Amino acid sequence: MADVNRGNRPLSPHLQVYRLPVAAVTSILTRITGHALVAGILLIVWWLVGAVSGPEAFAMADWVVRSWLGFLILTGSAWALWYHTLAGIRHLFYDAGIGLEIDEARKSSWAIIIGSGVLTLLSLILFFIG
Amino acid sequence: MRYITPRKAAAGLGSAHSGTGHHWAMTVSACALILLTPAFLLVVGSAIGLPREALIGYFGRPYPGIVTALFVIVGMIHFIKGTRIMIDDYFQGTARKGAIIISVIFSWAVIAAAVFALAKMAFITIAI
Repeated sequence: MADVNRGNRPLSPHLQVYRLPVAAVTSILTRITGHALVAGILLIVWWLVGAVSGPEAFAMADWVVRSWLGFLILTGSAWALWYHTLAGIRHLFYDAGIGLEIDEARKSSWAIIIGSGVLTLLSLILFFIG
Repeated sequence: MRYITPRKAAAGLGSAHSGTGHHWAMTVSACALILLTPAFLLVVGSAIGLPREALIGYFGRPYPGIVTALFVIVGMIHFIKGTRIMIDDYFQGTARKGAIIISVIFSWAVIAAAVFALAKMAFITIAI
């Protein structure tokens, strides 16, 4: 055992040094966006409950919703919602056995990343113009 | 020794003993949310910035009220089942049970709060 070379063998990839393929990044982001969406829904539900609780309760919730923090949370939630929706649609296709090849998964990953950005931008434009 | 074939042992609810019920529920709620998501975003986007009385009147109307109620109910049930997968992956034993219980209680509290607020807005709007 003493003369076995232990320092020069290929090691299995470790999360901290392994550059994740884009399909792995979009996969874990599906779970992260799904859980992070709780912030957006909490803010909206708090705002709705505030409206029926009284003028002071609504003023406070409405102030948060329209503040820069509210803008950050709601814009982030809009992106997370679009991202999670597109990634969820891909999951439905995966379940049907469609798009499981590595190259197809790479393409659909970029479609989800770009698509969620475009849909968020369109949502913001519609919000400020419409 | 059970005198059954391997096929018979795997039939029905399978090795998980709960069948595909969880996965099918996620599939159905996902399809519902594909329809509800754009509708909900448009409804909420139009409501942000309204003064309190106008906001109550807006969500008191059938379409914004129903879309918002459906989105929160279906969304939070989808959330319960989604967090369940995450909890099963990362927690074990008592921590797993506790996390599942907290997730279910929290989600139903959010549903109750949203439905109460929307119902009250609908009744206030009728009174007007």
